[in-house]
Amino acid sequence: MTKIANKETMTLNMGPQHPSTHGVLRLIVELDGEVIQKLTPDIGYLHRGVEKLAEHRTYHQTIPLTDRLDYLSPMHNNLGYVLAVEKLLGIEAPERAQTVRVIMAELTRLKSHLLWLACHALDIGAMTVFIYCFREREKIMDVYERISGARMTTNFFRVGGLSSDVYAGFEEDVRRIVAEFPAHFDTYEGLLTKNTIWLQRTVGNGVISAEEAIDFGITGPALRGSGVDYDVRRDDPYSGYENYKFEVPLGNKCDTFDRYKVRLIEMREALKIIGQALDSLKPGPILADAPKVCYPPKDAVYNTIEGLIHHFKIASEGFPVPEGEVYQGVENPKGELGYYIVSDGSAKPYRMRIRPPSFVNLQAIEKMCKGAMIADLIAVIGSLDIVLGEIDR
Amino acid sequence: MGVDKSPGDNVITTTLDALVNWSRKSSLWPMTFGTACCAIEMMATGAASHDFDRFGIIFRASPRQADCIIIAGTVTKKMLPIIKTIYEQMPEPKWVIAMGACACSGGIFDTYSVVQGIDEALPVDVYIPGCPPRPEALLYGVLKLQEKIMKEKNSFGNALGFGERVEPAV
Amino acid sequence: MAEDKHTVIMLRARFADSIISAKKFRDEVTVTVGKEEIINICRFLKENLQYNLLTDVTAVDYLGKVPRFMMVYHLYSIPNKERLRIKVPVAESDLTIDSLVPIWKSANWLEREVYDLFGIIFNNHPDLRRILMPNDWVGHPLRKDYPLQGPGREPYKGRLA
Repeated sequence: MTKIANKETMTLNMGPQHPSTHGVLRLIVELDGEVIQKLTPDIGYLHRGVEKLAEHRTYHQTIPLTDRLDYLSPMHNNLGYVLAVEKLLGIEAPERAQTVRVIMAELTRLKSHLLWLACHALDIGAMTVFIYCFREREKIMDVYERISGARMTTNFFRVGGLSSDVYAGFEEDVRRIVAEFPAHFDTYEGLLTKNTIWLQRTVGNGVISAEEAIDFGITGPALRGSGVDYDVRRDDPYSGYENYKFEVPLGNKCDTFDRYKVRLIEMREALKIIGQALDSLKPGPILADAPKVCYPPKDAVYNTIEGLIHHFKIASEGFPVPEGEVYQGVENPKGELGYYIVSDGSAKPYRMRIRPPSFVNLQAIEKMCKGAMIADLIAVIGSLDIVLGEIDR
Repeated sequence: MGVDKSPGDNVITTTLDALVNWSRKSSLWPMTFGTACCAIEMMATGAASHDFDRFGIIFRASPRQADCIIIAGTVTKKMLPIIKTIYEQMPEPKWVIAMGACACSGGIFDTYSVVQGIDEALPVDVYIPGCPPRPEALLYGVLKLQEKIMKEKNSFGNALGFGERVEPAV
Repeated sequence: MAEDKHTVIMLRARFADSIISAKKFRDEVTVTVGKEEIINICRFLKENLQYNLLTDVTAVDYLGKVPRFMMVYHLYSIPNKERLRIKVPVAESDLTIDSLVPIWKSANWLEREVYDLFGIIFNNHPDLRRILMPNDWVGHPLRKDYPLQGPGREPYKGRLA
């Protein structure tokens, strides 16, 4: 029997296709007028079976699959995965590779936060910010394209290091980005931060307290906007992050506006980290010295028999990984992205589990939006910064 | 509905056909239907450096106001009935562009839950390969669609209700 | 050694018969426990040892071994900055385990996903239904005996076949 509500509530379906560009998310909202009484997200419209597909691919063949999970920050997905496999193997990438990884990861953070700002502002109505942010993103995508060949799905990192060295002119391009972007961020802040309409739409909206945020498993800027000091780069460092000085911004009012401010400060901190990493970039090898795992250099492949055999074996069968299981978390722009890989000693992972930050963050949306209006719901979805490719995998 | 006999192929009707085709191709209004990574490249094509607006393309959010749908991204079995509903809600004339490897043929996701190409359910006019295709590739695909629209016959007759539109063979 | 870790010492002191093993591999500690006391163990970990963030809930299908499934919980303590992995074997003959939703709310959707993809039933879960697959899907896709291309299609035999 269907339950009959005692008030007249209307069920509204904000279907998988809707103009706010966060992807194929379906929200079933029960409304009393414009006030939300109950909110049920329905996901799975982009479930592609990546975890099962990874069980049938070798470790190298899985790296392009990880690009397409959180398609806004592909280098972070690659980074988490190769770090997890390197942990299983017990090898470490050389210093130059680690520095370039940090530079590319922070550029990715900038790219992802710029798109977040563009879409969040577009949902609330500020179209100018959308156009400006995409213009800045094009500059970062130029660097991506010159270093890895693709604008978005880069597939740049390899187990043991990088796939190729940086191009000549990399340092000037990135330094130009570091020099020019603070002025652009000032433009966005000038357009939005003291804007009456922006403040009315975001302050006091989507509040979740610190204890509840931890209980719901939220991580990333959404958690830091509620005042909890947890950042995987600082607390569980990887890839050389312990050598860089950066601030971790925190909010105190736990609302949408605080999450916005936290991400803006994170963008500026990312520029600082890139500057420090560029200063510490030294020449050296880009692949670890592990002949059974990393491709040998080309002159060894052509001139020595061992190089040829190693290249052939790695390319055709993949490399065997010792038995065991490992968990590696990285600080994605959306939260803590975790990879849990179980290996049974063969060249393909036995189980690859991806802990998606947006999946866990999205659970809290009912708590944040109950009693609010539909327009506030749009602002909260924007401030949670979800990516359906990661939620559904 | 309407008279089945088309008005014929004289110089007046073909000029009127060309007029109708030209007006349709110069103001293609696609519906925003991005599911996955290709949607981001579609947004980048519509934004600053590569502009869609100079081709007359304005993104419309409602299917009833759109005449073209760009399927950008992977189509899963859960999503397929919804795409079919949206396609049926669009008024004639309508065209379908399959953008990206996943919409063309399933892409790298050969799994239990992915539809191996949107042409299992919708009639596709232009396929744009790539993973994701560059904005220039998407623009080239749209230009190809515009060329295809220009070659259609009897569009004026069909707009008045006489006969069907004849689409070009290739 | 895993036995040196403070958490393992406290767990062994309190729940000695539930603990099956404790291992350390690449600086990560994994404790395997039986499923009867899982609620009490997790409550103890959250309240006394301050593991307040449930990072991940997942399962692994070891087809051919007994017990067939292994539930894996990843915990993190924000005040102490420590990670812990708890593994719980679940046999195919009794495919149920207690739900952790009363302790950490983040377990809600994570357990729904394990139910959807593996078929493990969680007792006292507030809303156990499919989350990623369509509601009328038959089968649990991430099990090892489920074909990759799905039950209706020919398996891919390689490009040279």
